[in-house]
Amino acid sequence: MHINPGFQGKRREDPEKAKRIPPGQHLTHDFPVLSAGPTPKIRLTDWSCSVEGLVQNPQKWSWNSFQKLPQKTYKVDIHCVTAWSKLDTLWRGVSIATLLSLAQPSANASHVIAECYGGYTTNLPLEDVMGDKAFIGLKYDNFPLTPEHGGPARLVVPHLYFWKSAKWIKCLRLVDKDTPGFWEEIGYHMYGDPWQEQRYGEDESE
Amino acid sequence: MAKTRASKWQLATVKEIRVETNRVKTFVLALPEWSPHLPGQHYILRLTAEDGYQARRSYSIASAPERKNLVALTIERLEDGEVSTYLHDFVKVGDKIEIRGPQGGYFVWKSAYKSPLWLIAGGSGIVPLMAMLRHRQQLQRPVPAKLLYSIKSPEDEIYGGELNQLAKKDSAFTIRRTYTQKIPDQWAGDQRRVDKIMLQEELAKFPSHPLVYICGPTTMVEFVAHTLVELGMPSVRVRTERFG
Repeated sequence: MHINPGFQGKRREDPEKAKRIPPGQHLTHDFPVLSAGPTPKIRLTDWSCSVEGLVQNPQKWSWNSFQKLPQKTYKVDIHCVTAWSKLDTLWRGVSIATLLSLAQPSANASHVIAECYGGYTTNLPLEDVMGDKAFIGLKYDNFPLTPEHGGPARLVVPHLYFWKSAKWIKCLRLVDKDTPGFWEEIGYHMYGDPWQEQRYGEDESE
Repeated sequence: MAKTRASKWQLATVKEIRVETNRVKTFVLALPEWSPHLPGQHYILRLTAEDGYQARRSYSIASAPERKNLVALTIERLEDGEVSTYLHDFVKVGDKIEIRGPQGGYFVWKSAYKSPLWLIAGGSGIVPLMAMLRHRQQLQRPVPAKLLYSIKSPEDEIYGGELNQLAKKDSAFTIRRTYTQKIPDQWAGDQRRVDKIMLQEELAKFPSHPLVYICGPTTMVEFVAHTLVELGMPSVRVRTERFG
C-alpha cells in the first residue's frame, strides 16, 4: 500500500452505508450504463421469456402472460465490476423462484445460462437464483425498465457483480455444468462475488 | 488477457504530465512490471489516504503497446471527481501511484482484425480510440480507418495536433470533426451533434462493413449505436464504451 500525500478522498458520509459497500467500490447516485454493443430494441409483442434445458416442464411466456405472474417489490444494493455501487435501488419484478417452481428443475441441473436479446450470455450456479435471491426486473424506480438498462426485462442478481444481472433476458437455460458466458469467456470471474472482489478470472483474493 | 500481471498492484512512477486541454491531462507512468496491452484496455488506479482510506477508478490507456515500459493515461478533471481532482491538482512528476492492469477484453482492437476501422468519439471518449490509432500507425499495412470526433469547442479538443499529423501522412486515415457548442475560426465543417445523416454519409464511404468502436457519453453512444443498427450495421460489428 502506498500513501498518496495530500489525498483526502470523499469520506463516506454514513458508516452504516459504508458497511454496505464492498471493497474497491465507491458509491454512485447515477445509474451508469455499461453494455458491450448496441442496445437491442425489443417490441413487447415480439418479446418472450422462457425457462429451458434441464427442467421437467419447459416454460415460455409472452409479455402479457408474464405480467400475470406474481410480482414483488425489491429494494437492493447493486455493485458493478467497474467499481460503482448503488444502494437501495427499487425494483418490481418476478422472482426466479416463481419461474423455477413452474419449470421444475431436473435433479442434475446445477447451473443457469442467462441468454439475452442481442446475444449476451452469463453463467450462474442454480442455487444463486433460487430462494428469492434473484428476479426478473420489469420496473426500476416505479417506471418500466428503459432499454439501455435492460428493458423490457432484465435478470437481477444483486449479490453478484452486476454483469451477472443480464439485460434483455430471453431465456434461462438450466445445465449440468458451469460454462463461461460472454464476459467470463474473456477473463471475467466465473462467479463474481463483490465481497470477495472476484472481478477477473484470477482474482481469488487481492 | 494477460493472466498474471494484470491482477497485481504495482507502484508506477509519474514520468511526465502533459496538459491536453484546460480540463484534461495525460499522465505518463513508468511501470516496474509492464506488460503489453491491447488498445482499448484500461488500468485501475488506486489512491490511499494517510488513514488507509482508498479510492480507485479505471482509466483508458491512450498509448500504444509499442511504447514499452510506459503507459499514458489521459484523464479528464471532473468537478466532483474524487480521484481525478487529486491527480490534476496534486500529482507531479516523480510521484508514485498504484495501478493495476491492463484490464478489459471486449472494447479492444487487434491488428489481426482486417475490417476497415471506424472510430466514433464524443469528448474524452477519444482516449481509448487514440490508443487504437497510435497502435495502427505502427503497423506495416494498416487497415483503412476513419475517425468521427464530436467536440464541444476547439478548446476542448484532445490530441488535435497529433491527429492532424496522422491524417497528413496517411491517406488511409481520415478525420471528420463536428463541434457542438463553439466552432473554430474559419470553420466550414460540421457544427451539430452527431446525427443520422452524418453517420449515413460516413458509412457510405466504407467499401465494406467496418468494425466500429464508439466511446463517449451514454446518450451519444446509445444514439450512435442504435442508428448504425438501423442503417444496417450488424450489431456484432458495433462495440461500445459509455461514460456518464
